[in-house]
Amino acid sequence: MGMTITEKIIADHSGLKEVHPGQFVYADVDICLGNDITAPIAIEEFEKAGISKVFDPEKIVLVPDHFTPNKDIKSAQQSKSLRVFAEKHHLKHYFEIGRMGIEHALLPEKGIVGPGDLVIGADSHTCTYGALGAFSTGVGSTDLAACFATGKVWLRVPESIRFVFHGKAKSWTSGKDLILYTIGTIGVDGALYKAMEFEGSAISNLPMDDRFAMCNMAIEAGAKSGIIAPDKNTEEYIKGRFKRKPVMYHSDPGCNYVRTYEFNADKITPQVALPSLPENTKPVEEVSGIKIDQIVIGSCTNGRISDLRIAAGILKGKKVHPSIRLIIFPATQEIYKKALQEGLIETFIDAEAVVSTPTCGPCLGGHMGILAEGERALSTTNRNFVGRMGHPKSEIYLCSPAVAAASAITGMITPPDEIIKN
Amino acid sequence: MKGKCWKFGNNINTDEIIPARYLNTTDVKELASHCMEDADPNFMKKIKVDDIIVAGDNFGCGSSREHAPIAIKAAKISCVIAKSFARIFFRNAINIGLPIFECPDAAEQIREGDEIEVNLTAGEILDHTLKKRFRFEPFPKEMQEIIQVGGLMNFVKKKMAVG
Repeated sequence: MGMTITEKIIADHSGLKEVHPGQFVYADVDICLGNDITAPIAIEEFEKAGISKVFDPEKIVLVPDHFTPNKDIKSAQQSKSLRVFAEKHHLKHYFEIGRMGIEHALLPEKGIVGPGDLVIGADSHTCTYGALGAFSTGVGSTDLAACFATGKVWLRVPESIRFVFHGKAKSWTSGKDLILYTIGTIGVDGALYKAMEFEGSAISNLPMDDRFAMCNMAIEAGAKSGIIAPDKNTEEYIKGRFKRKPVMYHSDPGCNYVRTYEFNADKITPQVALPSLPENTKPVEEVSGIKIDQIVIGSCTNGRISDLRIAAGILKGKKVHPSIRLIIFPATQEIYKKALQEGLIETFIDAEAVVSTPTCGPCLGGHMGILAEGERALSTTNRNFVGRMGHPKSEIYLCSPAVAAASAITGMITPPDEIIKN
Repeated sequence: MKGKCWKFGNNINTDEIIPARYLNTTDVKELASHCMEDADPNFMKKIKVDDIIVAGDNFGCGSSREHAPIAIKAAKISCVIAKSFARIFFRNAINIGLPIFECPDAAEQIREGDEIEVNLTAGEILDHTLKKRFRFEPFPKEMQEIIQVGGLMNFVKKKMAVG
């Protein structure tokens, strides 16, 4: 029987001709990643074990992006531990602020990860790189410490679920809407332990930024990974960025999926996930009119240049509603600069939005936009759990950049086509 | 493992187990002091050493923060029983040596406050209050190897020593 793209990547990284779901392997890792929350524990564990050398200083990436620029003394200590470790072990990929970006936007942009890679990261949204045709999964700090030492990770080969998106997504329907719709259909544990493989004509037509957003949220369905087979869009994206030789894997005909879902992308309208689980999705038109206090556009899900272009296109020449605080986070310095050059930042400032340096800050209730008791946020981030962005009695609605920008103008959840008629 | 049951529902996520506002430390005692805070603000005041958490589906979903199983372990909870676990929480628990058991029947039937005992060798969960036994499947041998040596770093050290 043929193998899925996920099985092929895992087999090749484990020195095996083939692997089967449920099988345990110790796989070689191309890139491992930690941030200012997860890496400090990994560093402690690595040092406690008395291991003196990392397996490969070119394959470890440390990105202090969560509480940076350091929000308090304790966070500063954590960031410092990354810096000291990176210097001590001569790590090639350590990103100080000024060069730093939100990790899952930064690594693809810098060409550190690419097609065919096996990547682990001590951050649950590491599944983002599946958009490049890589097997990429979130792990914990101890896994990262073990990988620092050995360059390997223990894995149970996941079963794959296939999601076929027929047709073509409509103009206001983004990758974020396709994935919210998917999670709404299968639930927050609908893909538990499994690989989500996205395909179909709507995916072929989907720009890379939208593919990143889709794979990014595979974890919100409980998945181990999300993956899209590489194609012309992928090749175009990695050109000039990815310096290693990409390996373009594809699933074999007749490979084994535990389940196939088929969706018609033409019928999927912009989605909103209601508090307090990403599975509580509804078409935006069914929830329009809900009053909002704060809107966040950014994060590893939706802080890329095309997200900012969509938001600016809606906000151009308009003002943010007086009752709304709109916070916009370009995900990396490169995206920030591009947004500046294209005049997007000026559009945001003229609209009376706040534009911030890249950071994960508000997405996880870290800093730079915490919610008070009883406040309601509409956000392009990935989780709307209780207390995620601040007070345990605050609420979060998740959506695409287009819905967020449209709602910023009216002060309430608003379908984008009510602001801009196509 | 023997203790009183504290019951939680489905999809208890890592933001509830240890909110991100406390992730600017790796001090295990400090993390423990906020264990389960956004799911039950009084949790740490109520529990005693060796008590057991029993939860529904997808326990520990959300972020990869190992601080979540660390906080539970440091709060001296002896083990977690659930219908199912989110995968990163699952591997983190194995890697740091927090005992966890997947047993849908037990998770369904055990009530808050019941006295529970887990017999590892027999593969049984006993509810002394209900006077009921539940069987659970042992973990695959590859995971047991990690558990038996006290976690992933010990496992790695052993492997590296062997060469």
